[in-house]
Amino acid sequence: MSSVINSAEHSAVAESRPGRFGIYGGRYVPETLMAALVELEHEYEAAKNDPAFQAELAGLLKDFAGRPTPLYFAKRLTEQLGGAKIYLKREDLLHTGAHKINNALGQALLARRMGKKRIIAETGAGQHGVATATVCALLGLECVIYMGDVDMERQELNVLRMRLLGAEVRGVSSGSKTLKDAISEAMRDWVTNVRTTYYLLGSALGAHPYPTMVRDFHRVISIEMKQQILEKEGRLPTAVIACVGGGSNAIGAFYEFIPERAVRLIGVEAGGRGKALGEHAARFSGGSPGVLQGTFSYVLQDEDGQIAATHSVSAGLDYASIGPEHAALHDSGRAEYVSQDDAATLDAVVRLARTEGILPALESAHAVAEALRIAPAMPAHDILVVNLSGRGDKDMGILARELKL
Amino acid sequence: MAIHFDHKPGLVVYLTAGDPSLEATRAIALEAIDAGADVIELGVPFSDPLADGPVIQRASERALARGTRLKDVLGLAREIRAARPSAGLVIFSYFNPILHYGLARFADDAAAAGADGVLVTDIIVEEAGEYLAEMERVGLAPIFLAAPTSPDDRLEAIATHSRGFVYAISRTSITGKQQSLTTDAAALVARIRRWTTLPVAVGFGISNAEHVAQVAEFADAAVIGSAIVELIERSTPEASPGAVARFIKGLHLPQAELAR
Ligand SMILES: Cc1ncc(COP(=O)(O)O)c(C=O)c1O
Repeated sequence: MSSVINSAEHSAVAESRPGRFGIYGGRYVPETLMAALVELEHEYEAAKNDPAFQAELAGLLKDFAGRPTPLYFAKRLTEQLGGAKIYLKREDLLHTGAHKINNALGQALLARRMGKKRIIAETGAGQHGVATATVCALLGLECVIYMGDVDMERQELNVLRMRLLGAEVRGVSSGSKTLKDAISEAMRDWVTNVRTTYYLLGSALGAHPYPTMVRDFHRVISIEMKQQILEKEGRLPTAVIACVGGGSNAIGAFYEFIPERAVRLIGVEAGGRGKALGEHAARFSGGSPGVLQGTFSYVLQDEDGQIAATHSVSAGLDYASIGPEHAALHDSGRAEYVSQDDAATLDAVVRLARTEGILPALESAHAVAEALRIAPAMPAHDILVVNLSGRGDKDMGILARELKL
Repeated sequence: MAIHFDHKPGLVVYLTAGDPSLEATRAIALEAIDAGADVIELGVPFSDPLADGPVIQRASERALARGTRLKDVLGLAREIRAARPSAGLVIFSYFNPILHYGLARFADDAAAAGADGVLVTDIIVEEAGEYLAEMERVGLAPIFLAAPTSPDDRLEAIATHSRGFVYAISRTSITGKQQSLTTDAAALVARIRRWTTLPVAVGFGISNAEHVAQVAEFADAAVIGSAIVELIERSTPEASPGAVARFIKGLHLPQAELAR
């Protein structure tokens, strides 16, 4: 491992700096973006402490997006598995079909407050793209979405939704043609148009202040979860389970529980179709610390520090790095990270659909698969809360093919 | 053996190492130096070059497809140093390959190879603590980029931490050719000079003799990257060194005039 990581002196300095989670995070960007990132940091701080901003956001989350989302007791699934009680946090019921709208609304209001009229974003599964296109339509902002060619093909429905909403979708044909390459292309656009453009990043990734800001906008998930489980069960859950792509739904679902040491936090990465580099997106089992796209975190890379290819049946988890706060939660042992492969994920989609009448997104189904794995061996008084980050309508093409429907 | 520009404007040439091959990059670098380049920036190819436009992206892909590694680039630096003892030599990279190689090991090996300086595209001064310490330990010049968007406090930090020269980005953009220089560049150079007597080189989009002449009016050197990388892309490996030399002579640098 590199000296940056091993040096105790470095970590001591790092810990005291804003935008650091332990030794992870920071800002590794071209100088051209620095002024914009500093401005964003200040504007976000101001907005965060502005009651009018918070009130407008809360109003939109409620009336436009549909918050609070229910915490649903999956009775039939629980009975079938014969172990821990399983609750589903229904982010899939939000407007546009995934948790992504929480962050898109927050950042779009911030962009408007900053006077930016042109919004750019990257998207993998297309859910963040759809959420961004939606809020841009709502606020009358110009919207350009970057999406890898591979993802445009496998999440075509979302491409059409973005276009209908008035966004321009730009295909990215470089590299692996997936989320990572869409982020690089969005950053190139931002470097070029930084004076007029707001980059609405869709996960808890990238340079400071994005990981903190995106987490804050999704924190509402665990705030609601905690209140709802206390109402229903009178106690905290045994574990909270969430899928982890860049890490936004997971950090939102974990955050309020971090100080509750008795609550296990379980992040589920994409196990893909094999353990070899290039066959999965399990950064904690196959990766090592490195810098990608603005932040220092775990990265899937080869022996020369070149970023590795990844694979997952779910476009939203198919990414070579992970949000820096998860890297810190991993190293401290506060959260556990496991992976579920493509096959187990597809089984979980079918199981949830046929047992509860809920069709989860392929991303979210990774978290469901982990619940299916651990619930049976747990005592009946244990409680699992699964963050159902999105719905699976967008995945019908893949599901039709994979499940031969 | 340090970075110096004897004539104004000086010329810095960026090459993606290993495109189309390490041998070709070596031959091109030597011809470029003989034709008037004061400094060669040897680019370490990276899988995700987010500050680069399509030309350098494609060059990086070609170099990686041929298996070019950081240690090969350092080996190439050593050969160029041996063949042209007085030319300036800078290793140009994204941070991750260096981090993975090991910062201290990289510093040792780059210095041993005879490089004069290092430029890391995605390291900003605030994050540069350990990097700066390593550069200083081995006597390599850290070169930072200054952007038209950098406010004065950032320019001051960039200017005071840079050694060798300060690299002023001509416009808010990624690398790539452009039609004409914006007024951003001259204003930026003037602001940088308030904090340093180091030479200031202007790069990003400098593509022809007219641009170089414009840069000469307000800066010490011009950096040419994409225009030369594209020329290499369009030439055969055998013809590239000659084509690059002719291109540089066509810039009508004072130095090139003398050599003729
Ligand atoms: C439904 C859903 N869940 C999860 C993710 C993964 O992102 P994150 O890890 O940021 O929550 C995505 C991303 O596209 C998604 O669409």
